[in-house]
Amino acid sequence: MTNKADGEAVPQTRHGLAHSLEVASLRVPFRVKVALVWAVIAVLLAVAFTRSGFDVEWMIEKAPAIVKGAWVTVLFSVIAITGATLLALLGALGRVSRNPIAYGVSGFYTSFFRGTPLIVQLFLWYLALPQLAQGLLPQEYAQWFIWPAQVAGIVGIAFNYGAYMTEIFRSGIEAVPHGQSEAAEALGMSYRQRMRRVVLPQAARIVIPPTGNEFIAMIKDTALIGLLGTTLLWADPFRVAQLTGKADFRNLEALIVAALVYWGLTGIFSFFQRKLETRMSKGYVRTVPA
Amino acid sequence: MTEPMIRVRGLHKSFGALEVLKGIDIDIHPGEVVVLFGRSGSGKSTFLRCVNFLEEPTTGSVEVAGVEVSAGPPTRQRKSAIRDLRIRCGMVFQQFNLFPHMTVIENVMEAPLRVKGESTADVRDRALALLVDVGLDDKADEHPIRLSGGQQQRVAIARALAMQPQVMLFDEPTSALDPELIHEVLAVMKRLAETHSTTMVVVTHEMGFAREVADRMCFFHEGIIFEQGTPAEMFAQAREPETQRFLDAVI
Ligand SMILES: Nc1ncnc2c1ncn2[C@@H]1O[C@H](COP(=O)(O)OP(=O)(O)OP(=O)(O)O)[C@@H](O)[C@H]1O
Ligand SMILES: [Mg+2]
Repeated sequence: MTNKADGEAVPQTRHGLAHSLEVASLRVPFRVKVALVWAVIAVLLAVAFTRSGFDVEWMIEKAPAIVKGAWVTVLFSVIAITGATLLALLGALGRVSRNPIAYGVSGFYTSFFRGTPLIVQLFLWYLALPQLAQGLLPQEYAQWFIWPAQVAGIVGIAFNYGAYMTEIFRSGIEAVPHGQSEAAEALGMSYRQRMRRVVLPQAARIVIPPTGNEFIAMIKDTALIGLLGTTLLWADPFRVAQLTGKADFRNLEALIVAALVYWGLTGIFSFFQRKLETRMSKGYVRTVPA
Repeated sequence: MTEPMIRVRGLHKSFGALEVLKGIDIDIHPGEVVVLFGRSGSGKSTFLRCVNFLEEPTTGSVEVAGVEVSAGPPTRQRKSAIRDLRIRCGMVFQQFNLFPHMTVIENVMEAPLRVKGESTADVRDRALALLVDVGLDDKADEHPIRLSGGQQQRVAIARALAMQPQVMLFDEPTSALDPELIHEVLAVMKRLAETHSTTMVVVTHEMGFAREVADRMCFFHEGIIFEQGTPAEMFAQAREPETQRFLDAVI
């Protein structure tokens, strides 16, 4: 953080209180001022909550249950990002392929899943897919497509994020200089070998930081899974807050805790994400001249 | 007379409406070193890239070390013939194109391991020997980014040689190098020509190299081989005024 006060010359024409206040203010570092602003916001919110009859005791009592839902969030996010990465890899290979089937299927995939609301897609997996399966398959197979809310939710998020990440992976593949694939081709390597051994490893370096960003966004979107009606066992902080808050008419307290949990999680993972980004950017940087 | 190592017949190549190669026929004999030269845009790179099918010829045929491939659709059978041809044919690019995520020795070992399926121990020994040949055995475990341009190009030559090709294609191997690094790459190429008697096709404007090492020089002009001859003939007096004008300009 730069100290914005540095180098600002004190106007010489000012005198008296205003002047000494300004001089005093200039001595306070910028980041201290910002911290003060945050503190003021926190105090204002606390005052607002207290005046609205905010029940701190209830909050302290119920908070652990809501915070525990963070494990569900992390678990859902980890499974979904794994699925999304695999889908995005296939999708991106399709997008750069000259095979009309691969190109067409991946084009349909990204268009549909990026062009419709995530919440609609979740309900499609949860409610519409069983109906489709029932219409097409014999009863014993159709049952396989009736999923619990958490399964439909994870699949839905994986497909949705996979579609966005397909574009990230595609641009990562296209960012690898063409000469790389060509050199491999001249050595007799097949398309598969060129992709696996030469292009994808280099593309991976490019896509890892933006994939981290997708993971952080996903942490927040897993809260939508609760809307499908997950049971308490698979309830994330938002779902727990909804259930407990509604029961005791303590929606404000419950939802604030849930929000803080998500905020904390994204904060933690953003921290690691920044570390990762710094590490990746060092990459094959030339440190010692040859 | 032995069978030619490279035989090109009726090679044409168009990019859309632009006809870049307008019928190339050439036989190159085992151990021969052929230098291709000519103006920018005359089709030298395109020709070289058609020889190993990095570029698909529009019509014509190419035969390298007994593997013949003609222009045509990419059927499975034709793809496998192209692969056979490429295994016999190493290529060195102007921009080196080393794999940056692999070390020097991994770069050299990659194709013999993956394409030929040779054993790691054999390939490692050969790769190290090649790195000794190009004077870079001490850099075996470095990443390419840590090497100078001249060193990278020598690694690229070793990488191509690791496949034990019968033919080596060079597309302006020294054009991207600082002047003081050119000679180290040319020295490696010269040794390759003289001691290993590898068949070489070299696009270059290093006329000193051509004079010393080439058996034949081909002047490319507007998509055809306009004139060819031994370096002695070419440097004494080209038959065509067009060739002579170009030589006067580059020497
Ligand atoms: N992929 C391509 N698509 C369209 N045109 C191309 C392509 N590759 C080459 N050309 C054109 O073909 C012509 C010959 O190019 P080529 O690279 O073979 O020339 P060159 O003799 O190697 O020239 P230089 O000395 O500049 O390398 C040029 O006009 C070039 O613009
Ligand atoms: Mg060229």
